Amino acid sequence: MADEDDIILSELDDEELVQQMMDDLYDGLKEEIEEAVEILLERGWTPYDILTKALVAGMTIVGADFRDGILFVPEVLLAANAMKGGMAILKPLLVETGAPRMGKMVIGTVKGDIHDIGKNLVAMMMEGAGFEVVDLGINNAVESYLEAAEREGADIIGMSALLTTTMPYMKTVIDALKEQGKRDTYIVLVGGAPLNEEFGKAIGADAYCRDAAVAVETAKTLVSRRHNQMGA
Amino acid sequence: MTNALSRLLETRDWLLADGATGTNLFNMGLSSGDAPELWNADEPANIKKLYSLAVDAGSDLFLTNSFGGNASRLKLHGAQNRVRELNRLAAEIGRDVADAAGRPVVVAGSMGPTGEIFAPMGTMTHELAVEMFHEQAEGLKEGGADVLWVETISAPEEFKAAAEACRLAGMAWCGTMSFDTAGRTMMGVTSAQLAALVEKLPNPPLAYGANCGVGASDLMRTIMGFAAAGSERPIIAKGNAGIPKYHDGHIHYDGTPELMADYACLARDAGATIIGGCCGTMPVHLAAMRAALETRPRGPRPTLEEIAAKLGGFSSDSDGTGDEGEAAGRARRSRRRG
Repeated sequence: MADEDDIILSELDDEELVQQMMDDLYDGLKEEIEEAVEILLERGWTPYDILTKALVAGMTIVGADFRDGILFVPEVLLAANAMKGGMAILKPLLVETGAPRMGKMVIGTVKGDIHDIGKNLVAMMMEGAGFEVVDLGINNAVESYLEAAEREGADIIGMSALLTTTMPYMKTVIDALKEQGKRDTYIVLVGGAPLNEEFGKAIGADAYCRDAAVAVETAKTLVSRRHNQMGA
Repeated sequence: MTNALSRLLETRDWLLADGATGTNLFNMGLSSGDAPELWNADEPANIKKLYSLAVDAGSDLFLTNSFGGNASRLKLHGAQNRVRELNRLAAEIGRDVADAAGRPVVVAGSMGPTGEIFAPMGTMTHELAVEMFHEQAEGLKEGGADVLWVETISAPEEFKAAAEACRLAGMAWCGTMSFDTAGRTMMGVTSAQLAALVEKLPNPPLAYGANCGVGASDLMRTIMGFAAAGSERPIIAKGNAGIPKYHDGHIHYDGTPELMADYACLARDAGATIIGGCCGTMPVHLAAMRAALETRPRGPRPTLEEIAAKLGGFSSDSDGTGDEGEAAGRARRSRRRG
């Protein structure tokens, strides 16, 4: 880029700066996002407004373009990484100010399944969208999911499987939740290459998520629906 | 550089590759979550049976039981120090089976992905990936593999690293990617982009193509994409036997032997030379594919409509190739500060 195109973030007004942050998120520019977050804080923005009006709004564009096949995993991960940079600044302030949480997810591959790349992508993108993510790693038994979900006060349990032989274990976990009367305590999202929507319905998950972007969108929709129900 | 595969490719206009590894091994009692590669040392009779099933069903080429045999994957089982040994054994058992077949059968040393994401998003570097793949390649070479077979790759960086490892090992190789995300790989590679990528490598593969992914129809569309890219290099088609379905607590792939026989002939008509299956493809499927390839005459290149009619619909409208795909992309508003 030519020098004359350089933009000094601190010289932009609020509206321009937020637009610029969305562009910078799109391009995965972590340092620029961090700087812009600091500028908005100095200007008196609440951490929650910065999170929702700039960062989450920007990541929504990224997610939509991923869904539409315009962006792919590498670009989305860079964007999520930039978002994480901003979140690292905001997180302690959000807690201090008692801002509403996006939601918390425990996620892992199911027992017998060691294929974790899809799970890692979902975890990175969920964090990028402002969710708290507790990564349980690979090869999780029923107890591992249930204990972690309870301990962490999770909103969402995410299960991933790459093998057709391990997919059915997702039903084992959901059945255990039902038996313990906790099925409605959590939103259960499932994903993995061999799965499909029909399978997600058959085992009683809240949703099958085709890819990491869909997982983020689904999580946002279901968490907000749940908040509305609680408020009603 | 000639080898068993290049010699077969000179005399035949199609070759039957093998089918599923995991699906067959699970049927023999492999526990889900265990590393199949450990069976090369612990249950060699089962691995011999795995290879023999493919050869007896008519495969001209089979892949060794070494898909997850790189240090990164074996580390999940605490076996990262056994890369050389487990790969050598995988190929040695294969060598015995191939040499006893009574006809030329190619032992292809399978090399699957590291499972890591490349920098800057992830931690994997080119150097490290080359080192891991090279270690695996040397083991496969030592065990007597005819060629190396890089498969199920998503990232161009990883494909390039594997290619360099094959060069370092002085082995001819084949390479396939898995196109499972709206007709592209998870990392966004289109069929046309892979076709271009292989030609730019300092040591291009003997053959390249697609494996796994989302069912036979999508894989066929990818094969059509390679052919449309004008590639002269032999094309590999290794599709799953349909789509996994859930019934009463277990999973089975919905692709029948008849469907896979249709798929095999369509793949040949579309321009593929090395044709096989992937997940869910059992010996009964392979035998049906072989019989169909031997008896049915070649047809004209199928259209996407014919493929959808015979094998089922596609998972997405576009696969990112052609005018529609290239034109996509919103005007990027990006700019950089100094």
